[in-house]
Amino acid sequence: MAKITFITTDNEHIVVEGESGSAMELAVQNGVQGIDGDCGGVCSCATCHVHVAEGDVAKVGPASEIEQDMLELDDNVTERSRLCCQIDVSDELDGIVLHVAG
Amino acid sequence: MSKSALPDPFQDARNTKGFGTVNDQDDPVTMVLGLKDVRKCAHNWKTFQSGGEEVGRIVVPSEQAIRDTRQIPFEVDPPQHGDYRALVEPWFKRPLEDEYKARLATIIDELLDEVLAMDSVEVVEEFSLKLQSRALTLLLNIPYQEAEVWIGWGTHVFRSDDTALDAGKANILYDYIDQQIEKASNQPGDDLYSVLLASEINGKKLTKEEVKGVMILTFAGGRDTVINAVTNTIAYFAEHPQSLARIKAEPEITGKAVEELVRYFSPLTHMGRVVTEDTQVCEHAQKAQSRISLCWASANRDERVFENANEVVIDRKINPHVAFGFATHNCLGATHARQILHILLTALADKVTAIEILDHTDNIEDWDEFKRKVGFDALTVKFN
Ligand code: FES
Repeated sequence: MAKITFITTDNEHIVVEGESGSAMELAVQNGVQGIDGDCGGVCSCATCHVHVAEGDVAKVGPASEIEQDMLELDDNVTERSRLCCQIDVSDELDGIVLHVAG
Repeated sequence: MSKSALPDPFQDARNTKGFGTVNDQDDPVTMVLGLKDVRKCAHNWKTFQSGGEEVGRIVVPSEQAIRDTRQIPFEVDPPQHGDYRALVEPWFKRPLEDEYKARLATIIDELLDEVLAMDSVEVVEEFSLKLQSRALTLLLNIPYQEAEVWIGWGTHVFRSDDTALDAGKANILYDYIDQQIEKASNQPGDDLYSVLLASEINGKKLTKEEVKGVMILTFAGGRDTVINAVTNTIAYFAEHPQSLARIKAEPEITGKAVEELVRYFSPLTHMGRVVTEDTQVCEHAQKAQSRISLCWASANRDERVFENANEVVIDRKINPHVAFGFATHNCLGATHARQILHILLTALADKVTAIEILDHTDNIEDWDEFKRKVGFDALTVKFN
């Protein structure tokens, strides 16, 4: 079981829990403002953009090339940007913090 | 050759030059073909604008000669675009609500039951047009009966069969929308017309012309695109019953299947932009005031990004397609369209065991050097 904290652009902290699926799915199920997941998680809509908290980057890992190409054109991109539909939930992610890019 | 296949006519040009050229009423259009290039240009709304003086010029073929109402938010660029978009977006996200889904499922179930009882069905007129029209009553939040009016218009209300531009036909729609706006302004209800008429942007009420701009877009943008997507879906499952069986056995892949089908079908081939400054597109000089188009259909077959780009991989996991456009002006109706297809796939998997194609006429778009099959003018099938 992994606990993941989403911090919205309004600074609301939402803690979600899950064992499988993607971080986007957990966010949508829990109504995290700013994570829409329009395409259902196939890396096509970029409505699931997050910035991984500084200390968690190594845990979450880098974006794939296709994901980077999508992110490259997003207005709020930083080197800690990920599309959270591409972050698979697993025990190793327990405790990570994701900031909604907005 | 398989009847449901939509070949990719752009491959050579995409790989050799990256662009193609279309002559549209003596106003040429440079068609951008690669996925990365299409995305970059779509993102750069300052250089490749949707707004601008000439209303209707970004559509290919240009509608400048037959339309002077600006479609909103489609033909408005940032920053004003954001205000309009914020106003209409929550309304167009209603298809995510459970009640909306349930009503849409009822519409689709009833229609499927109707055609299952028939010996043969012409899908475009007797299925897709009806489905699109009936579903639109939900999106507008108006009585179901109104769909009969739009079904009566036939599939081509904005265009005739042989000419892309037909002012007489377009006027049927414009007059109709004018009437509905008058009606709603005299007797406000909880339909989209009334909601828009009561809306304000920066403290100013929307004008009737602005409301009309949103409504034309809603009608025009979601008509032949949804009809094509639904018709192509039926043709695809007719020839790939194993895919339908998979959706039945693994309903969790339905969302991925929807995305993959819209990638493969790309119901809207391309959309234009007007160039605001001298620039380059795929190393090709592009003059200010000329036009480019973003070819979603070509980008969605870019083999540099999609493995087996010309096949439907029904559970494709990574699918960065641009079938609903990309960036600022991505498709406002995408949520509704996705929901229609999602529920349609579920209902087909549930009720239909086999579909047999009896007869078909392809709908081939003619873009000069490219002839693109976008779907069918007619498709007769038997549902079992
Ligand atoms: S949900 Fe669409 S890109 Fe992540």
